[in-house]
Amino acid sequence: MPEPANQLPNPAPKPQLAGATALTVRNLSVYFGKNTAVKNVSLDIAAKAVTAIIGPSGCGKSTFLRAINRMHELNPEARMEGEIKLFGDDIYSRNVESVTVRRRVGMVFQKSNPFPTMSITENVTVGLRLNGVRDKRILAERTEQSLRMAALWDEVKDRLNAPAISLSGGQQQRLCIARALAVQPEVLLMDEPASALDPLATQKIEDLILQLKKDYTIVIVTHNMQQAARISDFTAFLYLGELVEFDVTAKIFTNPAQKRTEDYVTGRFG
Amino acid sequence: MTAPNHNWRKFKNAFMQALTFVCAILVVTPLILVFYHVIREGFSSLNWAFFTQLPPGPGEAGGGMANAIVGTLVLLVMAPLLGVPVGVLGGVFLSEFGGTKLNWWIRFAADVLNGVPSITWGVVVYGLMVMPMHGASTLAGGVVLGLMMIPLVMRTTEEVLQLVPGGYREAALALGIAKWRTIVQIVIRTALKGIVTGVLLALARIAGETAPLLFTTGNLGWAHKLTEPIAAMPLLIYNEATGPYDNWHRQAWAGAFVLLMLVLAINIGVRFFTRDRFRSKI
Repeated sequence: MPEPANQLPNPAPKPQLAGATALTVRNLSVYFGKNTAVKNVSLDIAAKAVTAIIGPSGCGKSTFLRAINRMHELNPEARMEGEIKLFGDDIYSRNVESVTVRRRVGMVFQKSNPFPTMSITENVTVGLRLNGVRDKRILAERTEQSLRMAALWDEVKDRLNAPAISLSGGQQQRLCIARALAVQPEVLLMDEPASALDPLATQKIEDLILQLKKDYTIVIVTHNMQQAARISDFTAFLYLGELVEFDVTAKIFTNPAQKRTEDYVTGRFG
Repeated sequence: MTAPNHNWRKFKNAFMQALTFVCAILVVTPLILVFYHVIREGFSSLNWAFFTQLPPGPGEAGGGMANAIVGTLVLLVMAPLLGVPVGVLGGVFLSEFGGTKLNWWIRFAADVLNGVPSITWGVVVYGLMVMPMHGASTLAGGVVLGLMMIPLVMRTTEEVLQLVPGGYREAALALGIAKWRTIVQIVIRTALKGIVTGVLLALARIAGETAPLLFTTGNLGWAHKLTEPIAAMPLLIYNEATGPYDNWHRQAWAGAFVLLMLVLAINIGVRFFTRDRFRSKI
């Protein structure tokens, strides 16, 4: 697709070293009423890798993330321009339902939110059950598989029918990851998944992310730059809704091309 | 260093604190007085015949309220058939759908309806049902009480649904669960106890309504069909309490006692239903 002539040139959308591309974002802008949250962002997100989105509060990180599974549409004032393709499929095509997109692009939120009326198992299988999967064997298989992937199986295997809210904060967040994995998405979006957790629980989540990237494409929004440096392969720096720089994580943190990126990652502002 | 004189401030503090306590007691006093009188007068007038016999004629001894007890129970079954589905679905709309402006008007209308004098409801249903059907009926009584339940149930449903954290809706939608399934299986299920509480409180409220029944149910013997008039306790209590016969007055006290116990039982049911398992504020 040729870029419109009046668009400002974007920073190089695709860093070197990338394998297959999972998400192609082109000229993405998101508006809430009169406010522009994301301005003309273009980048490619590599498959089976961790891409971190960093930037100061209010820079549009979360909005960018939520545009990838169309969650921003929950805000009736939201409007978007541009294009996002998931393995070649335009997720904003007129005949694509947001429900279909969200089954392919899972999400984990900042605040763990297991359903309080459901047991641990029921929480893991809810996405399958409410989409029509009845087969008990499949549900049981998927429960164990998802909980194992979320590194929670050993801790809960003896009390699968206990209420989900009886788990600790870190366990609840891993349960939410298991719940998202159970519907077998292609991409997993994480919106500051560890920012409400203590250091130990945070470390478990980070280890888990490194495990998961073998099978999943992960996009993570984080406030914590050390976290981005530890777990991500690529890092995008957003500032005031614009993509300032997008590159291999090591380069962003050691030798950024832009002055603003350097100022931010070295803690001079933000 | 001289200590500042806080005596005046301390006095004001003590005075205002005492005033709030007196006002709080003022709320409880009438309740205790009503309970005391109704229980003292009502319990002594209660006997087996009260539950099994028809109301006594003028000056007759004995008799009971069997038909009115059954009538009130029938009305309390019929009213929710109309009030609960419409009220709950309306509450779901207010909480989960619609635009800000439209919902403001619906909410406003529901609040106004909640404040409409109950006799007005009676007159409306008299015009809409009793006149066209040429007579009072059980059906008309059920409809008028059901209509009164709608705005009550609607507003409480909306309020408890709003207490369900948005994070649960987002979590469900992000799993690719359709919006209606999210509402039914996640949002309503999380708030179910609150909704049931709202329905029970609305039932308790309409159980004692008298004025709307004046126009709609009639007040006679036994009803065998929904199109026949039915007796109801509040109305019979009103008739007997304002009659000139001493035996009627005793019946009215006993009726008031039973009705009070019924409403109390519903309220205790609410407490039971919402005990501890009732997480946070939902």
